[in-house]
Amino acid sequence: MAAFTGRMGALSLGWFALCLGVAVAVDRGNFKTCEQSAFCKRQRAMKAGQSPYRALLDTLELSDSRVTLQLINDNNKVHLLLELYRLQGNMTRVKINELKPLKPRFEVPDVLIADPPTEPLSVVSRDENGVVLSLGDEARRLIVSAQPFRLDIVEGPQVLLSLNSRGLLAFEHLRPRKDTQAEVPEKTEDAATTEQPVVEKAPDGGSEDDNQPGLWEETFKSHTDSKPNGPTSISLDFSLPGVEHVYGIPEHADNLKLKSTDGGDPYRLYNLDVFQYELYNPMALYGAVPVLLSHNAQRTMGIFWFNAAETWVDISSNTAGKTVFGKMLDYVQGASETPQTDIRWISESGIIDVFIMLGPKPADVFTQYASLTGTQSFPPLSALAYHQCRWNYNDQEDVRAVNQGFDEHDIPCDFIWLDIEHTDGKRYFTWDPSKFPKPLEMLQDLTDKRRKMVAIVDPHIKVDSGYKIHSELRSKNLYVKNKDGADYEGWCWPGNAGYPDFIRPDTRAWWASMFAYDQYEGSTENLYTWNDMNEPSVFNGPEVTMHKDAVHGAWEHRDLHNLYGFYVQMATAEGLIQRSEGKERPFVLTRAFFAGSQRYGAVWTGDNAAEWDHLKISIPMCLNLNLVGISFCGADVGGFFKSPSTELLVRWYQAGAYQPFFRAHAHMDTPRREPWLFGPENTALIREAILQRYALLPYWYQLFYHAYLTGQPIMRPLWVEYPGDASTFAMDDQYLLGRDLLVHPVTEEGARGITAYLPGQGEVWYDVHTFQKHNGAQNLYIPVTISSIPVFQHGGSIIPKKLRIRRSSSCMENDPYTFIVALSPQRTAEGELYIDDGHTFSYRTEKKFIHRRLTFANNTLTSRNLALDSQFSTPSWIERVVILGAQKPNKVTLRMDGAESSLDFEFDTAMSVLTLRKPGMNVGADWSILLQ
Amino acid sequence: MQHNVNWLQALLVLSLSVTLGWTVEVQRPRGVPLTKRQFYDEAKPFTCLDGSRTIPFDRVNDDYCDCKDGSDEPGTAACPNGSFHCTNAGYRPTFIPSSRINDGICDCCDGTDEYNSGASCQNTCKELGRKEREALQKLAEITKEGFLLKQQLIEEAKKGQQEKQSRLSELQDSRKGHEDKVEALRTVKETAEQPEKEAKERHLKAWEEHKAALRLEKEKAKMAEVFLELDDNADGFVDVSELQTHQELDPDGDGTLTDTEAQGLLGGAHKVDSTEFMNMWSNMKEKYVSEVCPPTPSSDLDKDPDSVYPEDDLDEDAAGEDDEDDDDDDDRDDDDDKVISPLQVLEKLSVCERERWCLLCNAALLPFSFRALEKEISFDFGPSSEFAYLYSQCYELTTNEYIYRLCPFNRVSQKPKYGGSETSLGSWGSWSGPEDNKYSVMKYEHGMGCWQGPNRSTTVKLTCGKETAVVSTSEPSRCEYLMEFTTPAVCLEPPNIDTQVHDEF
Repeated sequence: MAAFTGRMGALSLGWFALCLGVAVAVDRGNFKTCEQSAFCKRQRAMKAGQSPYRALLDTLELSDSRVTLQLINDNNKVHLLLELYRLQGNMTRVKINELKPLKPRFEVPDVLIADPPTEPLSVVSRDENGVVLSLGDEARRLIVSAQPFRLDIVEGPQVLLSLNSRGLLAFEHLRPRKDTQAEVPEKTEDAATTEQPVVEKAPDGGSEDDNQPGLWEETFKSHTDSKPNGPTSISLDFSLPGVEHVYGIPEHADNLKLKSTDGGDPYRLYNLDVFQYELYNPMALYGAVPVLLSHNAQRTMGIFWFNAAETWVDISSNTAGKTVFGKMLDYVQGASETPQTDIRWISESGIIDVFIMLGPKPADVFTQYASLTGTQSFPPLSALAYHQCRWNYNDQEDVRAVNQGFDEHDIPCDFIWLDIEHTDGKRYFTWDPSKFPKPLEMLQDLTDKRRKMVAIVDPHIKVDSGYKIHSELRSKNLYVKNKDGADYEGWCWPGNAGYPDFIRPDTRAWWASMFAYDQYEGSTENLYTWNDMNEPSVFNGPEVTMHKDAVHGAWEHRDLHNLYGFYVQMATAEGLIQRSEGKERPFVLTRAFFAGSQRYGAVWTGDNAAEWDHLKISIPMCLNLNLVGISFCGADVGGFFKSPSTELLVRWYQAGAYQPFFRAHAHMDTPRREPWLFGPENTALIREAILQRYALLPYWYQLFYHAYLTGQPIMRPLWVEYPGDASTFAMDDQYLLGRDLLVHPVTEEGARGITAYLPGQGEVWYDVHTFQKHNGAQNLYIPVTISSIPVFQHGGSIIPKKLRIRRSSSCMENDPYTFIVALSPQRTAEGELYIDDGHTFSYRTEKKFIHRRLTFANNTLTSRNLALDSQFSTPSWIERVVILGAQKPNKVTLRMDGAESSLDFEFDTAMSVLTLRKPGMNVGADWSILLQ
Repeated sequence: MQHNVNWLQALLVLSLSVTLGWTVEVQRPRGVPLTKRQFYDEAKPFTCLDGSRTIPFDRVNDDYCDCKDGSDEPGTAACPNGSFHCTNAGYRPTFIPSSRINDGICDCCDGTDEYNSGASCQNTCKELGRKEREALQKLAEITKEGFLLKQQLIEEAKKGQQEKQSRLSELQDSRKGHEDKVEALRTVKETAEQPEKEAKERHLKAWEEHKAALRLEKEKAKMAEVFLELDDNADGFVDVSELQTHQELDPDGDGTLTDTEAQGLLGGAHKVDSTEFMNMWSNMKEKYVSEVCPPTPSSDLDKDPDSVYPEDDLDEDAAGEDDEDDDDDDDRDDDDDKVISPLQVLEKLSVCERERWCLLCNAALLPFSFRALEKEISFDFGPSSEFAYLYSQCYELTTNEYIYRLCPFNRVSQKPKYGGSETSLGSWGSWSGPEDNKYSVMKYEHGMGCWQGPNRSTTVKLTCGKETAVVSTSEPSRCEYLMEFTTPAVCLEPPNIDTQVHDEF
């Protein structure tokens, strides 16, 4: 749902009244710029090339799993501890912490799926200026330079990446307070500690004046951050020689390729509830994944900055400012400097902990990142189908009518969603007694149509002693605390609200237990959950979120802000698993997220607007999420705020049908927009888009299984599959679904045609609607009408489909399959098929699934079992095989169980399409079909 | 191994139906209606019903779609555009999309659509048939009685209309009469003018005093309102900063109401209470712009009886009041003096005061009742004026939170059940049913505006009923309300033939 809208005016938030007038776009004044964020300003003021850090090589210790050595800041003599790890799978981990911090600094828990397994490092050589470590046997080395301290990762003669090459490493050490509040004579203190801050620089370069503003207290608008620990920020720079394209660090409403931040604000990572966000800028949004990918034709790498505090990322490039002419001049003159991209990460607290994923191929980086934070959770099949949402379906009668509407208009739908108004006064886990008096009856009505429901459960809990959830949280003392030790309270939908401390395992366990059927009254197994507002959103908090000096046990909210939403979804997903005693897969949608959130469900891009630019931006936003592990991504179809034109709505359905999470949603103040409300022609167009989604569900399911298994993204920029094709590096108006479908949705108003780029020299692509064959490595202009959804299947692929579209995906469970075999110019093709029961963990616990490889070669199509020890049976059979780019055979023979039979077929000479009529074998069987 | 074995077995089903006590068995492929049986002859190849191709008959219902029109698979889900015929003996036969065959959900009441899905469907046709017959019977009764009531309504409306017409002409006549009398009086006045001059002046003075008192009263009320409006913090004082929210009061017109200027307006004080404010008010009343939204029609109504009829001026022109003298027209346009116009005539006539007062009062009110009547007659009360009885009536429905009020041809409103002000959900707009049934839906528009949204509006759906009542309300889309309203006025003449559910045979 649901930003922070004008409807909250009733809550009498004084400053909120300001928003009422500014309904058109984000109120930027509510959110900090780098200049307004004391640590960012401090850090950004540092000059490059003056690093005070020196590696003390004599402190080097080498163990089986790591190398440690100390760094010293020559300005203040503070010692840091550097840890270097060589990790399995071609990764390097670099950790820097204070050698002796006054108290522990926060290290992010629960995000890594395990302690990353290490491999031995060895010293290749060393002298007084540095040490060379081996990162394996491919001439890959890690070079530690002593003064100034610097790390370089090289492969042969080539520098892959350098750390602190610009000297922007900065580590604000913990210190006792020296201003008015802690009246310790400076000299005594200096004597008492080993620190010698005679002329300190801030953060380690300039003058470190402890009385300078923003170190021990910071005020933004009317909010004062008490900063009891003083300055704690950290920063490190990375140089990527030979790199012009970097991606990732979602969530930003911006293009796929990250832009230079010179002269503007850095990209900001700080989970915020941004009301009516603006496009094409680096402002923070609802979620944060501090993972950046670099790519050039030779190599793809990743940097995972493992920190959950407020983070800013500066990007600069020596080619960014150059015109095409300038680049040409460089080329002609041969004087071109190597292109290079520099990255600088700045975080407010915690430690420096970086995973460097060395690729070299895009798929390797995805595998490496997945080995750290896990893969996409494998959702119930129905979650991949169509979702109908609105803030709000008013009552049970409304839900009944919408459910009925889908049948009347013969449009499939798997889920109907309920936003906050379904609750009793925004008390989550409850139902409005007059609007939803009989939830079980309502859920049964949906079950009768084999449909499901999602109800919202937000993490802000109404402070109301008569509300079970609140009183348990209070009595168990599980709420986040404010700086004074009392339960933290803020305003959100229910008015005054508390926020459970999800960082605590006992809070999460308790929260999960609230989803048990006997706790969550009116819930059934076809009710799933949506976590909104989990940044967390606090209407009267600084930047509409929680105060940084709020307290989670030993830690400040400052240290772990970006983790809050991650934990909410984790605990909720766990609750859905537990309520079924571990049998059923959960489905949980979240708005806030962090690295690793892919393990718990789906993410959507929050409160977008019914504008063409918002439709366009949904593609790069989901692509960047997919690059960093979160494949299950979608945008509100139609746009949340405002009312779409009919054309925009139709185009959005067409685009959304080919994005992983496919849900229509709308703001309360917009007119109704169920698919049948725009006249029969538009109803038919929307139906057709949804039908295409349902037909492809077998392919989507297989892609999700693959993502779950391997960590490969589902929605891929073209360069992921064509890493050497530089023309694809900045492309974000089209993408690949898996490897084999290329999608270029129409996102222009009044479009008459689109130009799709079909990659691959010597390859071919087939229009999935007409079966027309097109050559690769060309820009193809295609005229479009309002019914067009330009999608192409890769020559060389086999895609499973189900062409009998029914009310819901569950109704299609046992339906027969159609295989679309698109031949490569070499007359080969291959694809995969994955089938299981669609909703339980039995694929994992009992190996109950079918996983097969389909191969076409030598005029023979073969189905082969990929999982010999698996066992699952389905009544589904093969209805039809369509072979694109085929020649007319004389005879088609099916071989199965040692017997042969002849198959009927039709051949379309004009399009070279061979259709095998009703081969009829069970889809789980071994067979081959021979074309003669 | 080949899958079609099952389907061939299922090809021919025995259709069984019970009508009037005797049994018929009709053989035809599954899902084919009797009316199309002749196209499915198992002895011949099958031609798709669109004529596009001919296939061997064993491909009919073999669970593979061969015909573009889906006609070869009437009994399976193989064709995307196919349809399946449910016989539904005992109830209504129907077609369902073939995608609903064997999808695990019972769609046909005879359960024939789920022959191979594992779903166990009960045959509910008899029960449904019985219920439908009962419902139809009930509906027929309601329709019958409703229709009778409707006839009465039409009769009454006819009478009412005649009455109104004659009242209208009566009024026209009486206006003429009044005018004659006024004319006569004027003559009398002219003759009496000289001797009565003194009396006239006395009267005029009294009237002026009365008017001044009224004005003062109004002014006080207005001022009290303004005071409350200005007193943002409700401390009983208006202070400089509160006054500064009204930049329009800026005395020197430079666009800023400075502290000093504001203080000046408050007579030099930093803050004033309501009594003091009274003295300052004259300094600002010219410029003051109220913070409240423009008054809704309902509040207009209290203040200004004229505005009950917003099309007033149009009416005036159209209604042929040309015979009224120009003075009269001008006076009505003039806000304050409107009510006085006949009195001005009175001023000039001080003889036989009492008698003439009455006469002239009537003359003054005449245009109102005249226009009200004209307005009422001008409404579209349906082809036989059957909706006329709803005029000037109101109907309420109380829900959990609100009391909804529908005053047909006037307005719809909503009022919180437990206190709070009324919200207009729209004023009478038009009949807006579909072309062939225009009088089935009323539309009320231009209600109170919504934040970031449209003005509230209400659609009223009319259904036949013996009672006249609002039976439900909902807000399907934000600020767009839907009301269901029963009235005999929409009851159709019940058909004479017996409305029995007829079975297929």
